Order: sequence, then structure tokens, then C-alpha cells
Amino acid sequence: MDYQTGFFYLFSAVLLFAAYRVVTARNPVHAVLYLMLSFSQAAALWLLLKAEFLGLTLVLVYLGAVMVLFLFVVMMLDIKLDGDRWGFWQNFPLAAALGAVVAAEIIAVLWVGFPRLTGVPEVAAAATEVSNTKALGQLLYTEYLYPVEVAAVILLVAMIAAIALTLRQRKDSKAINPGEQVRVRAADRLVVLPLAATQKAAPAADKAEEGKA
Amino acid sequence: MMSLSLGHFLAVGAILFALSVVGIFLNRKNLIVLLMAIELMLLAVNMNFVAFSHYLGDMHGQVFVFFILTVAAAESAIGLAILVLLFRNKASISVEELNTLKG
Repeated sequence: MDYQTGFFYLFSAVLLFAAYRVVTARNPVHAVLYLMLSFSQAAALWLLLKAEFLGLTLVLVYLGAVMVLFLFVVMMLDIKLDGDRWGFWQNFPLAAALGAVVAAEIIAVLWVGFPRLTGVPEVAAAATEVSNTKALGQLLYTEYLYPVEVAAVILLVAMIAAIALTLRQRKDSKAINPGEQVRVRAADRLVVLPLAATQKAAPAADKAEEGKA
Repeated sequence: MMSLSLGHFLAVGAILFALSVVGIFLNRKNLIVLLMAIELMLLAVNMNFVAFSHYLGDMHGQVFVFFILTVAAAESAIGLAILVLLFRNKASISVEELNTLKG
């Protein structure tokens, strides 16, 4: 067993354990932390597969940005821990059995369908003279230039949508608008109403009758 | 002990996918754990892509993972924004209370 295989089993074991804890953790904050652990282990597995750029991107983008966003939202929401998990452990054996069946079937199909590829093909080994990042960049900026631009637009739309969804004007805000304050004139503040010096008093009897009717 | 092959990585991806499916079934009342399980599913799919890309010697698989990461980041950002909005309006993120559209 070479050291790569050992590392593979180590990273896979931690990854699967963390994923198991993500779906079973009682506290959502713990679930997010385990999700971070599982993503970091996946990044390590990708490094074993010589996909350095994607592994580092996973750490930077997912652990650095998306998971912090998750953590932020989970901590902001003040989720009640009790009452939400009625019947969780009662349903767990059935769910675990079904999950095992699903996993076994997928593994059986893939294990049989794809013969034991162990080495990298000759063509690819010759092509990997340049680093993984450079090879990926060459593909991205030539063949996949248009999809890259579409991805950029998707990110922009996501950003605008997220801001537009969550932006709100505070109702209890007492902030002042300096521009309006400076621009104000005396006529806006003080209005002199032309009132007669004396006014006729309304007949009291009529009013009383109207009140009754 | 045999050396690493494509099947090893595909098996990890499959188990990860099954785990997240189980998580969706078990945590179907808690919206935020559902989002996390979806992230795990995407990770499992990406794992398969990267494994195939390495063992078949084709970089296009990694390019695809790149785009999946982009879309997943956008999806989780909008999903969390909707979640915040939901919590603001209903003071709860339980899926069972999302029955406003029910006839």
C-alpha cells in the first residue's frame, strides 16, 4: 500500500464521517462546521487526483465564502432546536437501509461499468507537462470563453438578487436626510393661513341636534 | 491492498450522494439542513467529475466542475437570501409551515 492509498482512506473516512454528522447533527451550527470539515477533506482528495486548482478553489470559495455565509445565516436566524426533530431517530433505520441500498447499487454499477483504471493514460501524461492551473486556464480562456462569461453573468445576477431580496428599509429608523435639510426654505416650514380676525360662532342648538341624529 | 483506482473515488462519491439523500429525507423539516445536504450532493457529483477527469486524462471534466462550483455558489447565495426573507416573514424555517400556496 503506497502512501497515496493510505491518504485516500484517511481523507475518505473523515469525509464520510463528517457528511454523516452533517445530516444527523442536532445543532445546525455543528452541521455547518462538519460541512466545512467535509469540504476540506474533499479538497484534499482532489489534490490526490492532481486537480490542484479545483482543490484550492474549493477551499477558498467554499470554506472561505459559502460556508461563512451559511454560518452567518444559521447564527442570525436563532433556530429553535427542540420540536423540529420529531421522529428523527425512529425513521433513521429505514432511511439508513435505503441509503445503503442506493449507495450499493451506484457502486455496483460504477465498479462493474468502469474497469479498474489505475494509471493515467499515456496521452494525458504527456499533456500534463504544464501545471494543472495552466492547463485549466488554457481551456477556460480559449474553448470555454463564452461559458466563462455566462458564469460571470450568473454570479452578477445572483449578487443582485441576493441584495434585492434581503434589502429593506428599516421602519423604526430615525435617520435624517441632510440634502433635504439643507435645501429647505422658510416657506416649507411655516405657512401663514389667512384667517379672519373674528369668526361667527356656530349655532349651538343645531349642532346638538345633529349629534343626536 | 490494491492501489488506487477510479472505482475507489466513484465509491466515495456514491456513498456521499446516498448520505445526502438520507439527510434530505430525515431533515425534511429543517430548510437549512436541506440546503446543506444539497451542497453535499453537488460535492459528490464534483468528486465523480474530478475522478473521471483524472483517470481518463481529460481536462474538460475539471472545467465542468469549475462551472458547477460557480452555479452552486450562486444557488446557495440566493437560497440563503430567500431563507432570511422567509424567517423574517414567518419567524420559522420549518418546511411544514410553508403551506401558503396550498389550495
